[in-house]
Amino acid sequence: MSDTKNFMFLNRRAPYGTIYAWESLEVVLIAAAFEQNVSLMFADDGVYELTKGQDTAGIGMKNFSPTYRTLGDYEVRHMYVDKASLEARGLTADDLVQVEWEDWETEESVDNIVEVVDSEKVAELLAESDVVFSF
Amino acid sequence: MPIEVDGKTLETDEEGYLVNLNDWVPGVAEVMAKEDDLELTQDHWDIINFLREYYEEYQIAPAVRVLTKAVGKRLGKEKGNSKYLYGLFPYGPGKQACRYAGLPKPTGCV
Repeated sequence: MSDTKNFMFLNRRAPYGTIYAWESLEVVLIAAAFEQNVSLMFADDGVYELTKGQDTAGIGMKNFSPTYRTLGDYEVRHMYVDKASLEARGLTADDLVQVEWEDWETEESVDNIVEVVDSEKVAELLAESDVVFSF
Repeated sequence: MPIEVDGKTLETDEEGYLVNLNDWVPGVAEVMAKEDDLELTQDHWDIINFLREYYEEYQIAPAVRVLTKAVGKRLGKEKGNSKYLYGLFPYGPGKQACRYAGLPKPTGCV
């Protein structure tokens, strides 16, 4: 497919309690399956979507937190996290899941595609994208 | 339409996928394969077992592209292509194998 665009999925809400995070993840999976350049951005309460050790048993919702870790297999190359949002919630990169990426043919790999970036970089990345989906 | 497995009646949706993922036993795959006139070999089970492990770890059914690559990596390069997978599961490796494995239909699979 020659018509490849840069898609940015901006996630700004907590993972559970509303349907936004799951809906976003589903669209990400579909966009990636169509071989588009897909990046994700997590800001505000959206940073909780990547926090480790989520347990949804008490609220009767499907726990889709493990699903983020397979995004590298879907050829997602970048998952950005807004530094200020993380800090405002008393979190650090160590509280977030790690997502591995590997090119299965060349065996080139990246241990973790989750990257914490400052506000300036966030603005730059959003401006560079062809399409921004906000959830 | 419900299916009969080991004397139990299990509920399926309109496309034949198990409604309750926890209902799955190996007999489910056997019964579904029989309805499709397919005889399950070890090669089929390798894929079904892989899908179940993948679901257990990531909580979704993988897209065909992801499945193909993962199979190539785990079971050998000669098996990591759609020709091989369609040979095993003529109705589509994503749809048919996921159904046998008791998984939901893969996201983005039409």
